[in-house]
Amino acid sequence: MLTPELTQAIFFYIFAAMVLAGGVLTITRRSAVHSAMFLIVSLMGVAGLYLLQQAEFLFAVQIILYIGGIMVLFLFVIMLVNLDQAAKEKQFNGQWWIALVCVALVGAQVFWFLSKGRAAFKIAQPGILPAASALGNTEQLADVLFKEYLLPFEIASILLLVAVVGSVVMAKKRI
Amino acid sequence: MYPITTAHYIALSAALLLIGTVGVLTRRNIVIILMSIELILNAVNINLVAFSQALHNLNGQVFAIFVITDAVAEAAVGLGILIALFRNKETVLADEVDLLKW
Repeated sequence: MLTPELTQAIFFYIFAAMVLAGGVLTITRRSAVHSAMFLIVSLMGVAGLYLLQQAEFLFAVQIILYIGGIMVLFLFVIMLVNLDQAAKEKQFNGQWWIALVCVALVGAQVFWFLSKGRAAFKIAQPGILPAASALGNTEQLADVLFKEYLLPFEIASILLLVAVVGSVVMAKKRI
Repeated sequence: MYPITTAHYIALSAALLLIGTVGVLTRRNIVIILMSIELILNAVNINLVAFSQALHNLNGQVFAIFVITDAVAEAAVGLGILIALFRNKETVLADEVDLLKW
């Protein structure tokens, strides 16, 4: 019997498998183009997880901005920078021990918190469910973004301006 | 295994964060290090959206938007630095750029 919970669980595991398999393949492939392709698979899995949690606006942003914007930027840079030489060399440096220690520490923490269950998260109580509001996710998000977070929003626009100017200055031969 | 709770999302996001961390710490190619940073930022976003959904509060999704903005800025500047580095040193391997290493 295909209940809504079961359907949600099936889709969660499909998207989680996409995210994790894409992530692992991203950091293990030799060719940077292959890495970028698997990173796109991973990002599409994350977009599916947003859709699963009724965050439709973030789903669209993830597809348009991450997959359509950042990944194209990555692919352009891979094209500009000659990676053939780098692909022939050793791909990993000898820092497996540091990575292993990090993974063990963080993994132990997460496992400990998850094994304690809900009591481990002494956080705010869930708010009241908005009474089946007629507004969609995008409109609600716009309300919060442009009322409570207007100043951070404007600061983010300045950050983007600085990043644009900075990247042009970095990448240009002569200013 | 089901129904899916917030804990599932936290476990997934922790796993993705660790994958990204291993990528940053062990890879030599700077392009792939930048991609691993994108993985880490996505793990943060999964967490923010999961808690936003669990608490019926949209602030988490707004913060996810800001994280995505930061990711865009970071990718643009990082790739600009990479192009400048490749022009000057003819390498994209992180451990061959050791001019400031003690």
